[in-house]
Amino acid sequence: MSAPEPFQAIVVGGGLVGSAIAWGLAREGLRCVLLDEGDIAFRASRGNFGLVWAQSKGQGAPHYQRWTRYSANAWPELARELADAVGADVGLHQPGGVHLCLSDKEMADRSDRMAQMAREAGNSLPFHYRMIEATELREMLPALGPTVVGASFTPYDGHVDPLRLLHALHRAFTGAGGVYVPNAKVERSDAAPRDFRVMAAGRVFEAPRVVLAAGLGNAALAPEFGLSAPVRPQQGQVLVTERVAPIFTMPTTSVRQTMQGSLLLGDSVAEVGYDISQKPAVMAEIAKRAVLSFPFIARLNMVRAWSALRIMPKDGVAIYDQSEKYPGAFTANCHSGVTLAGAHARLLAPMIAAGQLDGMLDPFSARRFDVRDAA
Amino acid sequence: MSFDLAVIGAGPAGMAAAVEARGLGLSVLVVDEQAAPGGQVFRAVEAAHGDTALGAEYSAGLGLVESFRRCGATYRPGTTLWHLDPDSGELSLTPGGPAQARRVLLATGAQERPVPIPGWTLPGAMGMGAAQIMLKTAGAVPSGRVVLAGQGPLLWLLAAQLKRAGAPPALILETTPKGRLGAAFRAGGWFSGRRLLLKGLGLLREAWGIPVVRAVTGLRAEGEGRVQRVLWDGGSADCDTLLLHEGVVPATHVPLALGLQHAWDQAQQCWRPVVDEYGASSHDRVAVAGDGAGIGGWQAALAMGQLAALDAAHRLGRLTLDGLAQRAAPVRRMRDGALAARPFLDALYAPSAAVLAPVADEVVVCRCEEVTAGQVRAAARLGAQGPNQAKAFLRSGMGACQGRMCGATVARLIAETRGVAPETVSPLRPRAPYKPLTLGQLAGL
Amino acid sequence: MYATRPEARPATVEVSVDGVAVMVPVGASAAAAVLLAGAAAIRETAVSGAPRLPYCMMGVCFDCLAEVDGAPNVQACMVTVAAGMRIARQAGARDALLGEAPR
Repeated sequence: MSAPEPFQAIVVGGGLVGSAIAWGLAREGLRCVLLDEGDIAFRASRGNFGLVWAQSKGQGAPHYQRWTRYSANAWPELARELADAVGADVGLHQPGGVHLCLSDKEMADRSDRMAQMAREAGNSLPFHYRMIEATELREMLPALGPTVVGASFTPYDGHVDPLRLLHALHRAFTGAGGVYVPNAKVERSDAAPRDFRVMAAGRVFEAPRVVLAAGLGNAALAPEFGLSAPVRPQQGQVLVTERVAPIFTMPTTSVRQTMQGSLLLGDSVAEVGYDISQKPAVMAEIAKRAVLSFPFIARLNMVRAWSALRIMPKDGVAIYDQSEKYPGAFTANCHSGVTLAGAHARLLAPMIAAGQLDGMLDPFSARRFDVRDAA
Repeated sequence: MSFDLAVIGAGPAGMAAAVEARGLGLSVLVVDEQAAPGGQVFRAVEAAHGDTALGAEYSAGLGLVESFRRCGATYRPGTTLWHLDPDSGELSLTPGGPAQARRVLLATGAQERPVPIPGWTLPGAMGMGAAQIMLKTAGAVPSGRVVLAGQGPLLWLLAAQLKRAGAPPALILETTPKGRLGAAFRAGGWFSGRRLLLKGLGLLREAWGIPVVRAVTGLRAEGEGRVQRVLWDGGSADCDTLLLHEGVVPATHVPLALGLQHAWDQAQQCWRPVVDEYGASSHDRVAVAGDGAGIGGWQAALAMGQLAALDAAHRLGRLTLDGLAQRAAPVRRMRDGALAARPFLDALYAPSAAVLAPVADEVVVCRCEEVTAGQVRAAARLGAQGPNQAKAFLRSGMGACQGRMCGATVARLIAETRGVAPETVSPLRPRAPYKPLTLGQLAGL
Repeated sequence: MYATRPEARPATVEVSVDGVAVMVPVGASAAAAVLLAGAAAIRETAVSGAPRLPYCMMGVCFDCLAEVDGAPNVQACMVTVAAGMRIARQAGARDALLGEAPR
């Protein structure tokens, strides 16, 4: 084993969550090492849909709704910073977004859900939304299908190019002096308060802080650091069309046009464990909904498709935690690495740099599951 | 529709497998993208066998096509496989509905190895295989000043065919380095493969009279909106059509998408699926035969197709182990004979480092997304360990061809930049759809 | 630029390439028709607008994506010509709403 290499922080996981935090820490002036897997891995960061999305997050969990909104608000600054740091255009566009409803029942359910979100938001950060009927919606979105009954709209939503974001975060991180180590699955670790040692890629890394952002890998890794990260894989499939001339001025939850011109159609939910095989029947369902929403899509070629695994906490709400046993160890677990990148880089990273999570993240602790399981 | 055996591809391997399997009483589905059987080597042979420019070996393919047409397999030409579930045996096909198979044989053949030189995206630069397909499917020949650049058996075959067709190339730029012939003789196979090599000598003789520059390096194409000149270290020539060729490689798109185990072929510098004597892959429902399992030419492909069919019959209980061994023995001898000259050819025509990984940073390696070698190198320096991460960073391999044209080059550039052996860099992992289909077709499922 | 050899394969099927009539042999592909017509390009890429002509002719490279009988982004090398077929250059990304009611 080689001589230990000292850092001020070790981040485990080079996906969107890990690299946003790592960039945030590097930006705070910390000498940071980012440990990543190799070319083939379960990479949610290479499989997501690219929405910066507030309107569907945090129903029944006001703290999560608020955190998501903070992130959406922080996003323009993050995009600007990345442009300044490495000249990257991550294609951030936040014109607001809609969720299409294809039946009266879907419309009624959506309306209830939005009303609940508004109630739970309270007055400090009010949640503005509108239910939009088909006639008005047709003015906003061209070529809408006759099946579409209406939509919910919130002004906070938008989208980015998630792959450009990943690339930009990596470039910004290394540009700020961060050290990126690929093929570095954690082999062993020794934890002590504010004194961590991680063995990976045949090297030894030491730091007073360690951040676990290894996605599904966190479940096994967290207990080593006196933490718990009850996350499971949840499969989602996405379809991509050929590039077309600009059509849509805003994203929807199931159809969005990328900055390159492709339409992304998504996405499905399946509880199938660690399985990333593609299922034609599921792909057909996604296609059907997209064609019902916008009939012209039937004529477009599907040129790509994929399935990937979301990192899904037990209750669907992100988990942020710090170790009581080993202060200085943190976890971040969520399935919204794109939406929450703003918060991760600009809010969470400074807390970790300071050595302590802010009280507003208390409800995100995995201890909530102990309470619930005991009850 | 449910079948004992589904064969993907109606080239020599696929046709031979279908004929053999039908002879053993199996129900057989053959799916092929082309309008007529033959694969690339016997492309359009039913229509073009009378064209003397193409030669006697080509016309000989007619017999195989005729026996395939008669064999009683369900033949779906003009049909694309866009997804295969190897566990359930369901094939998603377009146009038309899905099919079910107890055993699947991938006989998807080869593709020309991409030749990413500066200017290879200009109109007028094409593969030599493309020019040969023009000859086979349309009887057509390139006009104006035609330059053949590269190396391999196809170069001399095409030169001879174009000459016979009354359109000899103006110039041949052969990239085989000096001293390769000696290495090829040392690699062996020249004696047992002498019949094939004599045929090659015949082609060389036929091409006599066409100017040849040997041991060419630094190849590049230039022109305003199309190829007008070809340049190399120490020379240049006017050029209207530049035909490139550096050998062929297995078409691994579907085998890789299925997650079949692959091995690095050191001699041919490419990945190929791991298969046993009968073409059985690492998945117990799937076999691979023909050039798709490793380049061996059409005669070896034909034998491998037969072996895979015999194995399918045995696995499905239509042939005893003894019967399998008995029938396989002569076919194996045929295959081994057809492969005898490979070590010689592989050593003679080994692609140069500059073909596998272009030297100049500005060369476009991903033709679809227009990603350059320099961008790939930068991604590798940033930490991308292979073509899959590079795809996320750069979109290389994300366009319409899904990495068929750039996957190997991107992986090679990364290996070079990282200073690791090419076989340690994982290949691009394709996903379905293997070929595009419309969302309307998909929604109609 | 390509030329037919009438002695081997007579050109008997009339198609149009970018509006210009061209005679091609039975069994030729739409991509072959484009090469026989001497067209400068079959498509302009959606990335940079660069002109392209078919490269592989065997369904691998997707550089022959063209508009065939009004359908955009068709792999022209995989389509056999038929009398009266209209083949047109694909210029950049397609207009997906072509033919939709005006908005």
